[in-house]
Amino acid sequence: MLPPLSAEPMFFLGAFPVTNALINAWIAVVFFVVVALLLTRRRMIPRGLQNIAEALLETFLSFGDQVTGDRQKTEKLLPIGATIFLFVLFSNWIGLLPGTGSIGIWQLHNGEATLIPLLRPAGSDLNLTLAIAVFAVAVTHIVGIFTVGLVKHASKFLNILGVIHAFKKGPMAVVVSIIQLGVGLIELVGEAAKTLSLSLRLFGNIFAGEVLLTVLAGILAFGLPIPFYFLELLVGIIQASVFAILFMAFSAVAMMDLHA
Amino acid sequence: MEGDISSLAKAVAIGLGAIGPGLGIGLIGARAMEAIGRNPEASGKVFVPMLLGMAFAEAIAIYALVVAFTI
Repeated sequence: MLPPLSAEPMFFLGAFPVTNALINAWIAVVFFVVVALLLTRRRMIPRGLQNIAEALLETFLSFGDQVTGDRQKTEKLLPIGATIFLFVLFSNWIGLLPGTGSIGIWQLHNGEATLIPLLRPAGSDLNLTLAIAVFAVAVTHIVGIFTVGLVKHASKFLNILGVIHAFKKGPMAVVVSIIQLGVGLIELVGEAAKTLSLSLRLFGNIFAGEVLLTVLAGILAFGLPIPFYFLELLVGIIQASVFAILFMAFSAVAMMDLHA
Repeated sequence: MEGDISSLAKAVAIGLGAIGPGLGIGLIGARAMEAIGRNPEASGKVFVPMLLGMAFAEAIAIYALVVAFTI
């Protein structure tokens, strides 16, 4: 049976539905909290887990430098970018473990007994991806405001100051500045499109992967889905890195001062 | 009957909408491979801009997906 588009509620905490995708996201959160607690005791000579963490951090820093082009910017943006990357990656990959989507509870739905899976990849719930995307886009604006100032950041989208300044320069500058005002308004639409595409890219890829694996397991459960599991491993890491890279790139653009 | 036509419309929307981005991502990937073939040491430098370009090309397919969902 194909997984439905929306995550199924398992039980309710008051009026708050706890869905199977939410359970998966919580597993990821608990995992990272435990890892973070284990890593708080820092040693000068790294050992075990700290080795892995330091190697990862160095890789992330060099990747971040390629995106932002500046070590200072990378150091500012990496905490959030790497958090998004690790969380999305981990929740994508635990969604591939056998049992996700197949172990569950039988419930009566519209008079039919249907299997409600106990676990569902967290990325296959649009609520989660939309939440991360809204958060990421909001952070790019906050970062922009704190680095170039509220007025300068706002005038990237609503360039009224530019029109006023252009009146001193002559008629041609006024025409150009009015066109820039229109371009800024289009940018405003682009901000909404950013949120939309960030959230739907992750959701679409993870959900499509889940559907693909279910369909293939339905055709022939022995051996046939194995190469597609490798494909989904690849999709999981690529989508996580695309999400983080896009966040870093958008933030780096927001940090740029256009008229400096 | 109406339900049949609207599911056809969904299929056409995402199907046609995926052609352009598919070609675009293919071209980006092909050129990136070409660049890495010419200069294998630059593979690290090519990778991130390639992913960015692919992500922006993919966004068009995502808009088609949104349209397909809303029909």
